[in-house]
Amino acid sequence: MLEGLLIGLETAMSFQNLAMVIAGCLIGTFIGMLPGLGPMSIIAIMIPIAISIGDPSAALILLAGVYYGAIFGGSTSSILLNAPGVAGTVASSFDGYPMAKQGKAGKALTIAAVASFAGGTIGAILLMIFAPMLSSVALLFHSAEYFALMVVGLSAIAAFAGSGQVAKAIVMTLLGLILATVGEGTLFSLPRFTGGIMDLQSGLGFVTLAMAMFALPEALFLVLKPKEAGSAGGDIKDLRITRSEARAITPVIGRQSIQGFFIGVLPGAGATIASFLGYAVERNLASKEEQAEFGKGSIKGLAAPETANNAACTGSFVPLLTLGIPGSGTTAILLGALIALNVSPGPRLMIDEPQIFWAVIMSMFIGNLILLVLNLPLIPYIAKVLSIPRNFLIPFILFFTLMGAYIGQNNATELLILVGFGVCATALKFADYPLPPLLIGFILGGMLEDNFARSMQLYDGISFIWERPMALGLLVIAAMLLVLPSYRARIARHRAGGVADGD
Amino acid sequence: MMTFKLNRRTLIAAAMTVFAIGSSAHAEEAQVLDSIHFLIPGGAGGGWDGTARGTGEALTGSGLVGTATFENMSGGGGGKAIGYLIENADSNHGTLMVNSTPIVIRSLTGVFPQSFRDLTLIAGTIGDYAAIVVGKDSDINSMADLIAAYDADPSATAIGGGSVPGGMDHLVAAMAMEAAGRDALGVKYIPYDAGGKAMAALLSGEISALSTGLSEAIELANAGEVRIIGVTADERVPAAADAMTMKEQGIDMSFVNWRGFFGAPGLPADKVAAYQDAIAKMYDTPEWEVVRARNGWVNIHNSGDDFNTFLEEQEQALGDLMRKLGFL
Repeated sequence: MLEGLLIGLETAMSFQNLAMVIAGCLIGTFIGMLPGLGPMSIIAIMIPIAISIGDPSAALILLAGVYYGAIFGGSTSSILLNAPGVAGTVASSFDGYPMAKQGKAGKALTIAAVASFAGGTIGAILLMIFAPMLSSVALLFHSAEYFALMVVGLSAIAAFAGSGQVAKAIVMTLLGLILATVGEGTLFSLPRFTGGIMDLQSGLGFVTLAMAMFALPEALFLVLKPKEAGSAGGDIKDLRITRSEARAITPVIGRQSIQGFFIGVLPGAGATIASFLGYAVERNLASKEEQAEFGKGSIKGLAAPETANNAACTGSFVPLLTLGIPGSGTTAILLGALIALNVSPGPRLMIDEPQIFWAVIMSMFIGNLILLVLNLPLIPYIAKVLSIPRNFLIPFILFFTLMGAYIGQNNATELLILVGFGVCATALKFADYPLPPLLIGFILGGMLEDNFARSMQLYDGISFIWERPMALGLLVIAAMLLVLPSYRARIARHRAGGVADGD
Repeated sequence: MMTFKLNRRTLIAAAMTVFAIGSSAHAEEAQVLDSIHFLIPGGAGGGWDGTARGTGEALTGSGLVGTATFENMSGGGGGKAIGYLIENADSNHGTLMVNSTPIVIRSLTGVFPQSFRDLTLIAGTIGDYAAIVVGKDSDINSMADLIAAYDADPSATAIGGGSVPGGMDHLVAAMAMEAAGRDALGVKYIPYDAGGKAMAALLSGEISALSTGLSEAIELANAGEVRIIGVTADERVPAAADAMTMKEQGIDMSFVNWRGFFGAPGLPADKVAAYQDAIAKMYDTPEWEVVRARNGWVNIHNSGDDFNTFLEEQEQALGDLMRKLGFL
């Protein structure tokens, strides 16, 4: 391994490759900040440039830099505008945006930067150690286990719901699951619930729906209820994290780096599930007072998904580099770029072209460091977005929202869908229904159905649930995630009732 | 005499060069061969993706085209990209869409309302045979082993593929089983939404065999991930000389998945000619030979009207077969 590290360091430290990392991170951060432009579209834009470089190591280093940059930039727009451009940063907006509204935008961005750095760096160390071994772990997962994993993801929704909101959260989740069934199912190549509209044949677009659930209602809310929306001033002095805050988020970062990485390794799971599960797990682990803060600007609630999604991004390189199997849309595009550059990722990559494998790992360290160094001093300027009077901000949110939905699909129908859902979402927001569960239900619904349908067909029924112990285990965890919060709440109430003069 | 001949040949070559320069200058005027934008109706890493990117690589590498850009637009089994190209025809004169046999299959099954007749036919460029592969540690070593496993326990011998049920990968598996005297519809076919996920399923042992394109299979076989147990070619393919054909194993079937390029409807004739010219010239370049050999593709060049005839014949043949197998 030491030899590999040296090869990687030598390749990554060349002037050209260092320039690639810096350029990639910068481009990724700036484009990633625009809502609607996720890493997938940015990498797709960058591919022709990367291929024209010709050197596979340099090209992959550039694209990997763009990838981390985009994830980081995406969390910036989640925190400042509540407009996540990437599914993986949806969870960051749960607590990041309330923090920004409380005037702690600078602190939120600092926590995001530090958590991303830690998640990415620890992920890269784990990748280095585990890549050779992990390639076989991903193969233990059959469709049945993926189905169970999606159920775990859905059950985590209980954690998102505040007190008295459980029923509303479940309704919204079901709505999300229903929306996910629009379009063609994997098993039956016939369009469902499309109303004969061609544009719905492949289902609703994620970016469109995310924009309609988060960005558009935000802008409309500002117009309709200007007083309640609360003005987040441009208070950016509060950049520093206090020592007690640092102590609070350190264990979160430690746990989520590891959990996020391992979730990222599984093909198809990736940063999105890692960030949702990270949020849910940390909420369950937190003490009661801290739990109440989740969703209202908890620093733990921000650090958890930020760490997890970056660690998962790194983790998703494991199946890509060791098996040639893309675990996510983004790594699928990277795979396409590698093939165009005449590199076939697979078990032989480490043996045949070790300089590529190790250079990518080394560039992950360098990229994360550069992101931290670049972003910490830049945060006051980035956060200045918030000192713009809200009246000027609304058109910008609308512009980027509409642009984002259009660019993703190049289809004007998306705009109609966006506005239609956006109006519905605004109504739901006024009625105090939580919108994130809808989006989670939508994201997980498609994968849930595909894997369930495949398992059903493979086992001629639902016997896979008890015939595959790992799937059963995951389903038990899902049930515990559902029951535990209400059980804990009841215990706490019971205790409070029994002790007359509690401390 | 010899010198004279050579001189004449040189002269012809020189004249040809002048002509070529003239035509490319003309093309530059029309802003066609400056660049081509490839529209790929599927995700990255699939067969369409490889074809478009390989063709782009050969065209730009040989200097026939200045730059090539690529866009993946998956959805609706390719119907989304077709719809996009038709809907935005006027702004897509610089776009070529890659497609293949599924455009015929899917308009037969009614996945999308359009057919190849709604687009401007540029040229069919290559063919790719289909293959059945198994994981590297599988006990199955030949089609006979696979059929024996199927006979022993049909419900535990699932075959996966990257296409929807009734799609090309399913059709190939069903054709092979039919030719081996088994019930074509009895095969348990498990669809995956991308080739990569189907590969993961094969390696994890969830499915016994995978029906896929030969060029994708060769890449995985070279990486040591899979073994190819049956190729749908009439004779062995040089790029995979060890892989037995179906016919060698007594299964009388063959199948070629063509791939080619389409333009937006109403594409001006001079642009159609320029695209066809660039593709025709591509076959003689060493850059194309490198790409072709690497992927194990077979050159099947059908330009313009020939392409139309070819597609109509295939539509007839596949339609008959699918009705026979009960897919329609």
